Amino acid sequence: MTTMLDLTTPNVPTWCPGCGNFTLWHSFKTAAVQEGWDNNNTALVAGIGCHGHLVNFTKLTSFEGLHGRALPVAEGMKMGNSRLNVFVFTGDGDCFGEGGNHFIHCCRRNHNINIVLHDNGLYALTTGQTSPLTFHDIKTKSTPNGNPDNPFNPLVMAISAGATFVARCYAGDMKQLTEIFIKANKHQGLSFIDVLQPCHTFNKILTAEFYKENTYYLEENYDPTNKVKAFERAHEFGLKQIPLGIFYTEEKPTFESQFDQLENTPLIAIPVERKDLNLLMKKFS
Amino acid sequence: MKNLNVFKIKIAGQAGQGIKSAGLILSKFVTRSGFNTYNYTEYPSLIRGGHNVMHINICKDEVAGPSIYTDLLIALNQESIFKHRDTLSKNSFVIYDKDSKMKTDLLPEYVKVLPVPLSKIALDSGGDSLLSNVVALGVATFLLDGDIKIFEDLIKEEYKKYPEILKSDLIAIEMGYNYAKENFIEVATGFYKLEKSQNNIENKMVLNGNESITIAAITAGMQFASIYPMTPITNILHNLAKFQNDYKYVYMQPEDEISAINLAIGASFAGVRAMTATSGGGFCLMAEGYGLAGMTEIPLVIIEGMRTGPATGLPTWSSQADLQFILHAHQDEFPRLVLAAGDVKEAFYLTMEAFYLADKYQTPVVVLVDKNICEHEQSLPFLNFEEYRIDRGKLQKEFDPEFKRYLLSTNGISARSMPGVGNFFVANSDEHDENGYSSENHENRIKQMEKRMTKLETCKKQNMPEPVLYGPKNADLTIISWGSNKGSILQALNEFENVNFLHLTWMNPFPVEAVLKVLKSAQKVVLVECNYTGQLGQVIAQHTGIIIEDKVLKYDGRPFFVEEVINIIKTRLSNKSIINNKNNKNDGGTK
Repeated sequence: MTTMLDLTTPNVPTWCPGCGNFTLWHSFKTAAVQEGWDNNNTALVAGIGCHGHLVNFTKLTSFEGLHGRALPVAEGMKMGNSRLNVFVFTGDGDCFGEGGNHFIHCCRRNHNINIVLHDNGLYALTTGQTSPLTFHDIKTKSTPNGNPDNPFNPLVMAISAGATFVARCYAGDMKQLTEIFIKANKHQGLSFIDVLQPCHTFNKILTAEFYKENTYYLEENYDPTNKVKAFERAHEFGLKQIPLGIFYTEEKPTFESQFDQLENTPLIAIPVERKDLNLLMKKFS
Repeated sequence: MKNLNVFKIKIAGQAGQGIKSAGLILSKFVTRSGFNTYNYTEYPSLIRGGHNVMHINICKDEVAGPSIYTDLLIALNQESIFKHRDTLSKNSFVIYDKDSKMKTDLLPEYVKVLPVPLSKIALDSGGDSLLSNVVALGVATFLLDGDIKIFEDLIKEEYKKYPEILKSDLIAIEMGYNYAKENFIEVATGFYKLEKSQNNIENKMVLNGNESITIAAITAGMQFASIYPMTPITNILHNLAKFQNDYKYVYMQPEDEISAINLAIGASFAGVRAMTATSGGGFCLMAEGYGLAGMTEIPLVIIEGMRTGPATGLPTWSSQADLQFILHAHQDEFPRLVLAAGDVKEAFYLTMEAFYLADKYQTPVVVLVDKNICEHEQSLPFLNFEEYRIDRGKLQKEFDPEFKRYLLSTNGISARSMPGVGNFFVANSDEHDENGYSSENHENRIKQMEKRMTKLETCKKQNMPEPVLYGPKNADLTIISWGSNKGSILQALNEFENVNFLHLTWMNPFPVEAVLKVLKSAQKVVLVECNYTGQLGQVIAQHTGIIIEDKVLKYDGRPFFVEEVINIIKTRLSNKSIINNKNNKNDGGTK
């Protein structure tokens, strides 16, 4: 049994009042309590950015690595112990700027881990510059004349790179977010959740009001196994036109399941013994 | 003094002519015949074309370094004659294809040419002209008075999965052997002989550094390796990939070196023994993860195989110019253990030691090797791993509600744990407190910094051995060096009674007192390194305050050949004022 109290540390969250991280964090902990995620079965990895501070307020064993490098650490962790539920918390700058290459390959290899994207549309910890997900023409501290870049579409990117569970949530909808955290973790393969979250301090466009007015839920009869449809819906993004929900799911062998020598045993559970190497050395004689 | 009778063979031709495979099988043949080899290969960064040469030095005793001179040149194309004719002496022989248009009149008159219809015999044997190398090996086997049966066994083992190749190879070697028997009886008299040796040939192998590192990692219980291909360490990953099913570990190829090191860090955090390997260019990408492992106190073994030049440089050539880089890469300071191997055997023992040290000190351990070690084979007895015990250090596997990952300790080492056993902790790249929570408190920063850095002192006291001084304790000349220069220096030392050699393998922590002692009592000191600035010399100066003025530095990608080392020693023994001669860069010269 995990309780909210079990997940509490002595540290007080350092996010700005009204930050989307609060509801995202709360939804995650709610899912953890419901599913019994604790220090016997779960580990977190965080990147660098406002989101990364979460490791200080959540009493689950975690690794806060380097900017952009959360994914390879998480992949290695899952390789080392495939029994762990591994959640990666990363930001849009962390995941798609510094870490873009890792994201593509992580999806492609279908590691059985969960990526939670704290998507506030800019860099917040460094006080407001454009991220690879910032819209064109937006004025930020680094683009006072308007952003000349065009943004990635993270969902399209994830699906085309090979992710096998792709969803989008709004940080304010804790019920859906909690459900999707649970579904993502149950999914065998790479799960990617794009969480739209307002940054009240630096992003004056993608506000809570904006998301409330412009998001809607994918229809109940939407078929997430249809890749073409998934691409179509993932491309939808505009006023009153931001779909939320599970866009795409696919059954495909996970990376970790394909090492025959492990016989479905986690690497950590295979006893480390000194091997008799005379046979090996004979190959070189 | 010991007079080594080394017979020096070169097999040369263009890439794709089977130079390396011929050289390798010849060295196994020699080893199974009770002799020893040291191989040295030069090849360009190409798959087809370009000049390839493999040196196979043969000796009844241990042979450890490459030579400039050639006793037998197997020239598979014209270029081979041009390139290597200056290394031939009046006792040298050249085997070449009689039916080709190769010109031998450019060879010095005193060289004995042995024309053999290599390509014709190759075709007659049922293969194609690529079998010329095997025919030539048949000729060499006869001349060396070798046992053709041993060669046939080797071919059978090598090609048992390819019956067609096996058949033509066996015919080719026999036809080559018989051709020599019919035509070169006189030449064979007086030729170097693989006399029936009393040496034990059981449990002997022909191994290069990449292979010995692979065997060491498996012996040490390595469970996870993520390595991106890069010369000269690529064969570590080939071998690790090949043996993973037999020994139940995982090798995976990541998207780049940044990922390679972070994957290994993640796996190590999960509790498994992990490693990565790369060359200097790849290590540039790893510099970030290197410090991450230091800061989060994650055990990690990194093999760094040095090659020549910044940027892409000379990808397939050797160097010893990454020492200062490895000692300083990453911002700020963290404890790094840096070991440097001098040969294939040392690479084996230091790699095993690296896994032990990484777990004990929970910090990155680098094993530096150079291309000469990675890719050059030596005859070796089976490596001894019986005494090696897998010790994971202070690893807390049980639940402890009071567990503190970065608990302050006098020796710098705190217990680590792993996810999944109930203990809560944060491995934090931010400066952190004892639990791993981010902290910018200045007292905490000082305490955690000191805790981490103390590991170096502890390691120095508990694990660092004294460096080995080869040769007499008191000598007229002391050579100081590291890395693969060891082989040529040791071999050269055989020719002198009054020269010794300080070989350094621990770069951080550094054996300051031992080095000081040697330097203070030395008559004359020469520093020998394969880099431009004398990087080991800098390390010595930094720790001891002593600047070694006499430096012989080489940075052309080639190793120090035995003859060059002999020359370095002779010049110094005969010239008492050399110590003031600062301008002797590249004194070793190139061929």
